[in-house]
Amino acid sequence: MDFSIAALLTQDGLTNGAIYCLLALALVLVFAVTRVIFIPQGEFVAFTVLTLASFEQNKLPGTVWLLIALAATVLLAEIVAYRKEPGRMLRAMAASALPCVIAAAIVWAVFAMQAGFALQVAATVIAVTSMGPAIYRLAYQPVATAPVLTLLIVSVAVHFVLTGLGLLFFGAEGARTSAFTGSTFALGSMNVSGQSLLVYAFTVGLVVAMALFFKYTLFGKALRATAANRTGARLVGISPNFAGSLSVTLAAAIGALSGLLIGPITTVYYDSGFLIGLKGFVGAIVGGLASYPIAAGGAIFVGLVEAFSSFWASAYKEVIVFTLILPVLLWRSFTTTHHEEE
Amino acid sequence: MNPRILVAIVVAVIGIAPQIAPPFYVTLLNYIGLYSLVALGLVLLTGVAGQTSFGQAAFVGLGAYTTAVLTTQYGFSPWITLPIALGITLVIGYVLGIITLSMGGHYLPLATIAWGISLFFLMGTIESFGGFTGLTGVPPVSIFGFELLKESHFYYFIWLVVLAALWCVANLLDSRPGRAIRALKQGSTMIEAFGVHPGRMKTAVFVIAALLACISGWLYAHLQRFVNPTPFGINQGIEYLFMAVVGGATSVWGAVLGATLITLLKTWLQDLLPQIIGEAGQFEIIVFGILLVVMLQYARDGLLPYLQHFVPQAKRALPAAADRLQHRTMPVADSPVLDVNTARKTFGGLVAVNDVSFNVNAREVVGLIGPNGAGKSTCFNLISGALDATSGSIKFMGQELIGQTASTISKLGLARTFQHVKLVATMTVVENVALGAYLRGTKGILASALKFNREDEAAALAEAMRQLERVGLAAHAHDAASSLPLGKQRIVEIARALASDPILLLLDEPAAGLRFAEKEQLAKLIRGLKDEGMTVLLVEHDMDFVMGLVDRLVVLNFGQKLAQGLPEAVQADPAVREAYLGA
Repeated sequence: MDFSIAALLTQDGLTNGAIYCLLALALVLVFAVTRVIFIPQGEFVAFTVLTLASFEQNKLPGTVWLLIALAATVLLAEIVAYRKEPGRMLRAMAASALPCVIAAAIVWAVFAMQAGFALQVAATVIAVTSMGPAIYRLAYQPVATAPVLTLLIVSVAVHFVLTGLGLLFFGAEGARTSAFTGSTFALGSMNVSGQSLLVYAFTVGLVVAMALFFKYTLFGKALRATAANRTGARLVGISPNFAGSLSVTLAAAIGALSGLLIGPITTVYYDSGFLIGLKGFVGAIVGGLASYPIAAGGAIFVGLVEAFSSFWASAYKEVIVFTLILPVLLWRSFTTTHHEEE
Repeated sequence: MNPRILVAIVVAVIGIAPQIAPPFYVTLLNYIGLYSLVALGLVLLTGVAGQTSFGQAAFVGLGAYTTAVLTTQYGFSPWITLPIALGITLVIGYVLGIITLSMGGHYLPLATIAWGISLFFLMGTIESFGGFTGLTGVPPVSIFGFELLKESHFYYFIWLVVLAALWCVANLLDSRPGRAIRALKQGSTMIEAFGVHPGRMKTAVFVIAALLACISGWLYAHLQRFVNPTPFGINQGIEYLFMAVVGGATSVWGAVLGATLITLLKTWLQDLLPQIIGEAGQFEIIVFGILLVVMLQYARDGLLPYLQHFVPQAKRALPAAADRLQHRTMPVADSPVLDVNTARKTFGGLVAVNDVSFNVNAREVVGLIGPNGAGKSTCFNLISGALDATSGSIKFMGQELIGQTASTISKLGLARTFQHVKLVATMTVVENVALGAYLRGTKGILASALKFNREDEAAALAEAMRQLERVGLAAHAHDAASSLPLGKQRIVEIARALASDPILLLLDEPAAGLRFAEKEQLAKLIRGLKDEGMTVLLVEHDMDFVMGLVDRLVVLNFGQKLAQGLPEAVQADPAVREAYLGA
């Protein structure tokens, strides 16, 4: 291996690592606020790529039907839950089903108007983000107080459902979106692609935006309060359902942005999200599902390991990345003191 | 109807099924048998012990690939590859277990996802494993020279193994280690106090689940006669967990129920869904996922409890309360039992227990009292071994306790109760009490699974009954522990502590939350125990309860000893009055 290959691999690893980093941050966020280990995170990434690719191929994205299906199920759930209180039923419907309906309309409108790339991207992000409240309402809200283990099994079930729906609405074909920029820059002897610079800039921008959100906005503070002490936050008037829904929605938005970044780099299939999300997971676990900066570092490390192992032992790339989790867990088990859940 | 008759009917149906069912259903039943084995492991791991694995399919693959590779490429007999496969699974399961189980609940499932994925890719990548096309030509199993070539023959082999596994796991759950496993969900403090090592127990359960999956894989390879990585992927691993959740963990039969329902549902959906949707694909996962979410929201114990509704539970006859266990010789009256000398515990800058000294002599009832925040509970935890003292010495029967584990302390003859009652809600009263005698039994997991533990069991249950009679709750022996009122639950805790044959009984706020009549009964019981030679140290803040009961009082305030002596003298002490009344 010479310097130029190493530099290329590093660039590759950093690009993927940056995307895993965004996913890791979303996972830490959802876990801290709701104790849910959010396995379906990767599905948001896959749905984003497939939606945008459908727009580019001039097809009506299957996302429309996915959103309508979600909205219909949520409506049904709210009717069952609030059958005796019509006022609350309508409010609950507005919070969890309306975003899906609006997003479906937007996607359809953008398709029908043959709108430009920017509008397609915007519609895609809105569509995927609006799945957040519906998924939280349907799967997690009724079991919000259950043990972590039950929540984890629910997560896996949601992953199953979303993957199956992905196959149903997007088909088994893989897709790749066109790059935001095709330009490359020479940096000394090596070429840096504009797309990877975009990924870095985006990631840094998003991390800063998240930091500001948590530090200065009321919603951000509410989420931090819930993460620190669920009962305490509830006592000062922060609804745990609202906080949970908000965190999953943010995770969906982050997933959508990650999808925009990864779409031009890799071919994504309806079931690709799982592995992509899990790589973010390995990073998040390095941070003990608690620390944002360590999770980010861990995710970038995963990207680098993946890039270099695809050079040295490409057939074993996935094996190496996922086996990496074991020494990490071993290290964590020596450094964490375990407190019993009473 | 007696449950035994029901089991006999089920076994008879299994026995004649291949004679009357069409071949397609025999194949299906074979798979149900194989899946039941894996689901059984998960019922034990998830339903009973409160841990989860999504990677069971990988252990199935480990069993299948070990035998496939060794038989096709090295000419091993299947009967030799079985112990080899089990050995490999044991090592991997053990290593994964000790790495992840000592930590919080969610690390094990995450590790099993990662391990499931990496093993799947490994099986698909290694060339001598045949890559993703797999290995063909796996030889059949032969028993005494009879080759099991036909599916209907292999059927009997599979179901014999399944029934044997169900029998072993049911035996295990109803035994000394089984009671410890069933208590794992409660958290570790209580079982540690009775000498159970929770980490070791969890690892053992995880390994058992892995071994069952491995056996299923070995059977699969010799049934199919070829292997490829597809059935061992993470999706299959999730489906196994689904079977365990659907069936439920209230009985080992939940595994068979779950495996049957899911297999039938999957077959049916795989026919139906492509017709509705108009294209082929794994659409059944949508239905499975939705069903799983709904189950976890509305029927977290699975479907079996709904069926068990129709089967009356047989009350098991308990052995007569003969005294078969060894007993300690109690120390003579007034000889020193516990000697706390300048014990100190600091949490960072906070001194919770500040150089406290006091002693307890044999056949004495001593009360440790003080207002809230006085350091009583910390002091109590130092003695019981739940916390380690920063400095000083705590001697029990001449032995230093500081630095010892809760389990060693329990062995020395110290037993405790808990301020917040810690009974296992899913066990009967007598089983809860028998948990206290854990250290007095010797039979481990293997002996219990194979029912080589009859004498040990009879002795433990007899002792539990004897203690229940001693505290006056023998009539409630078969009730679910959670069905008793708080006052009786507290007394069950005392019976459980007594079952460990202690010299010193540590009671943590035994009167908290009790009604007046219940307090009277409790006081009477403690006095009775004293008369029988027991030494008691109790932490309380209910002055009235303590006054008429104890021989001596030790008063703590702000971590320091404020006074000690006879109850009346302490009550008259102006410093104590000030601490309590603030006057």
